[in-house]
Amino acid sequence: MSVRLTVEKLGVSYRGDGRETEVLKDVSFELRAGERLAIIGESGSGKSTLALAIAGLLPAGSRVDGNVRWPELGRQPINGRDLGFVFQDPSSSLNPVLTIGEQIAEVVRAHLGMAWREAYAHAEMLLGRVRLPDPASALRAFPHQLSGGQRQRVAIAEAIAARPSLLIADEATSALDTIVQADIVKLIEELVVEDGVSLMFISHDIALASQIADRIAVFRHGRLVEIGEAEQIVDAPREAYTKSLLAAHMGLDTPSLLSPEAVA
Amino acid sequence: MSAPLLTATGLRKRFDSRGRAVDALDDVSFEVAPGETLALVGPSGSGKTTAARALMRLTELDGGEVRFDSEDLLALKGARLRAVRARLQMVFQDPRAAFNPRATVARVLDDPLRIHGIVPRARRPEAIAQLLRRVGLSPDLATRAIHDISGGQRQRVAIARAIATHPRLIVLDEAVSALDVSVRGQILELLLDLQRSQDIAYLFISHDLGVVRAIAHRVAIMDKGRIVETGGAAGVIANPQSSTGQALVAAAPKLRHRG
Repeated sequence: MSVRLTVEKLGVSYRGDGRETEVLKDVSFELRAGERLAIIGESGSGKSTLALAIAGLLPAGSRVDGNVRWPELGRQPINGRDLGFVFQDPSSSLNPVLTIGEQIAEVVRAHLGMAWREAYAHAEMLLGRVRLPDPASALRAFPHQLSGGQRQRVAIAEAIAARPSLLIADEATSALDTIVQADIVKLIEELVVEDGVSLMFISHDIALASQIADRIAVFRHGRLVEIGEAEQIVDAPREAYTKSLLAAHMGLDTPSLLSPEAVA
Repeated sequence: MSAPLLTATGLRKRFDSRGRAVDALDDVSFEVAPGETLALVGPSGSGKTTAARALMRLTELDGGEVRFDSEDLLALKGARLRAVRARLQMVFQDPRAAFNPRATVARVLDDPLRIHGIVPRARRPEAIAQLLRRVGLSPDLATRAIHDISGGQRQRVAIARAIATHPRLIVLDEAVSALDVSVRGQILELLLDLQRSQDIAYLFISHDLGVVRAIAHRVAIMDKGRIVETGGAAGVIANPQSSTGQALVAAAPKLRHRG
């Protein structure tokens, strides 16, 4: 598999209040074509900064060391065209005063050079791909008329509209309930497999990440702690921090914290 | 089993949503025993938060009855309601939204002690220090601004504020959902420790079955404003009978192992 993205000794610092805070330190890894990589970490781990750095969305005044290369492209990536981004809160990424159809068609026009009529037809096809019921009427709906799960489907449709080679999902299911979350994760997996898109799935939930990812990268305090095949990370973690994250996971087979007689 | 601490019977609440009537609560009944944790679990919009807010009198019900400590909770007014409020507390998902952001930790804890007349002014600094120690925080934190401490510390302060009035029941609305997993375990241990030592009952609102299984004695699964299944937490999660229960179990994130 060819290498889609190379991150080399990436460091990011934010400046504010007269001091500089290093949020990402000496991070190196590769993402292959069609690979699904999960980025796992707690708050302050630098996982969202990594996504913003790759997408070129860091706030002004950030200091960046190292580099991010796209060997297949041979040029700087264009946001929306070469990479799509799905955020936690779709309300903040969707324009509240444009219909769903207008905003997806706009992306398609801008990046694929289609005329409006063709772009609308393409948008309707995309809404079908993200399994929105009744795509034709969804085209005319405004974001506030949809549920949280449906809005996230629209955000995904918009992110994949220009057929990017990389999809970044940053806590894209964290605000959804577990049933909708499971549906959206399944949808993302199907779409990236069908299109051969590489996926960066950023999450605080190591169990959820293990279900969708080929490999898992564990971040803490801005450093890459460990990276490996998902099953290796789950079954044979090398680093103590990864072990502590796995121990803190509460699954349906985790023993109750209550005394045995209390749950009998 | 001892007499219930809280009995909710036939709760009803209808909201208007874009011209359509939605039954947020449709004949919901449940009981919580002293010192027990009942989890209310369900998808978004199932009515679990509406039920919690109704118990706190933050949402007025269209119908139903709530008995708490053998009083008719929904009929109470004025001083009697304030007196009951001390015994019935709530902790929210985002402690940032639950506090005055400019207040210090001491101020946040001083309020319930003063308003409910629990500790005279001269002894309040020591009472605040004790509360902070009780939730595993240093008394030195008292002078810090509430926005200046970590999320885990803030949720401990929220718990300290809730226990300041010696409650019999605390409603925990997604109270550990926004916390890092390493902090989440510590907060759950703290909640269990307080429950054991002070016989506090919890109404634990969550959509996370893994956490519910760890902390709850019993679980009530809600969907579309109704309770569709109740039982012991371990039993219901191991063998859910309702379609909603089965969907929640199927959707819970699970670690993918080799083979």
